[in-house]
Amino acid sequence: MAEAITLEVTRYHPERDEEPSLQSDEVPLRKEWVVLDALNYVKDKVDGTLSFRWSCRMGICGSCGMMVNGAPKLTCATFLSDYAPGPVRIAPLDNFPVIRDLVVDISDFLIKLSRAKPWLIRKREKPLSEGEYLQTADELDTYKQFSMCINCMLCYAACPVYGLDPLFSGPAAIALAQRYNLDSRDEGSNQRLDILSHSDGIWGCTFVGECTEVCPKNVDPAGAIQQYKLTATKEWMKSFLMPWGGGE
Amino acid sequence: MGKRSNEPFLWMLFSAGGVAAALLIPIHLFLFGLAFPLGWLEAPGYDTLLALARHPVTRLYLFVLCSLGLFHWAHRFRYTLYDGLQIKHLNEIINTLCYGGAILGTVVAAYLILRIP
Repeated sequence: MAEAITLEVTRYHPERDEEPSLQSDEVPLRKEWVVLDALNYVKDKVDGTLSFRWSCRMGICGSCGMMVNGAPKLTCATFLSDYAPGPVRIAPLDNFPVIRDLVVDISDFLIKLSRAKPWLIRKREKPLSEGEYLQTADELDTYKQFSMCINCMLCYAACPVYGLDPLFSGPAAIALAQRYNLDSRDEGSNQRLDILSHSDGIWGCTFVGECTEVCPKNVDPAGAIQQYKLTATKEWMKSFLMPWGGGE
Repeated sequence: MGKRSNEPFLWMLFSAGGVAAALLIPIHLFLFGLAFPLGWLEAPGYDTLLALARHPVTRLYLFVLCSLGLFHWAHRFRYTLYDGLQIKHLNEIINTLCYGGAILGTVVAAYLILRIP
């Protein structure tokens, strides 16, 4: 196995370094290796101080998102050989503050996510003895696509609006709110309306569509946002025509 | 929750204008820009067009097409300035210029359409 590829990894230790720097390492170029394997090779064999997040290495946990040659990617699902002969440049996700090396601070996303209330809201929880909340296959289909989101934040790294305006709720949080809005078991859409139809919510989106382009799970956040613009406009018209409370 | 935004109204005009412009203006361009001058279709005479333009339904159609198209432009240009030039802090001036321009254009369009003899 003589073939190798150069990995150029961004290193940054905010307490010590003035600015980020690049570290080049040769790693074996194996057909079955993904970028994450190459990073783990560096960590295990070359330089144990390199920091990055990963967990499941199978596209489920959403923690290994990084910029690979400038594009947001899940490094566990991005083959090294696609970048031969190299070099492959790996940087932390755009639009997030860096904690160290390739690890970014995701607290802003977590706040936005919880504000969107991405869970089932019921007006009255029925007791277990009354059984499950049943749902047909068609009802499942209306939101299933949005439920594939793994919170990897690649869409935030790709979104130019989020890059310019950090107050913007962002693609995944809105898509996940819509995932529950469209769920037949959910009764909380009016609780999500205010946060979504706020000027920092859906109206911040200018439909660039990069979020949908980069999503590794084929979720369509841009579509969710446009869909919700129509819903919010209808609600706005209702509140305008029926100010005494025509909304649900 | 703080201010409920008035964006829905502006967005409604924007999307209605987008649909109207995307569906209808190509037809006008095709007819008056290509088909009539190149002789693919027989061009209607001045009198025929004038009679058509006088009809109240045509006047309304032209007015809606001009006005919605302008509001579509206003919204898009506003965000182009916000993000393209990154001057969102000037939003009050930008909004006034964009939507004010669209309102002005709407008034001019109404005036011209009403003046068709």
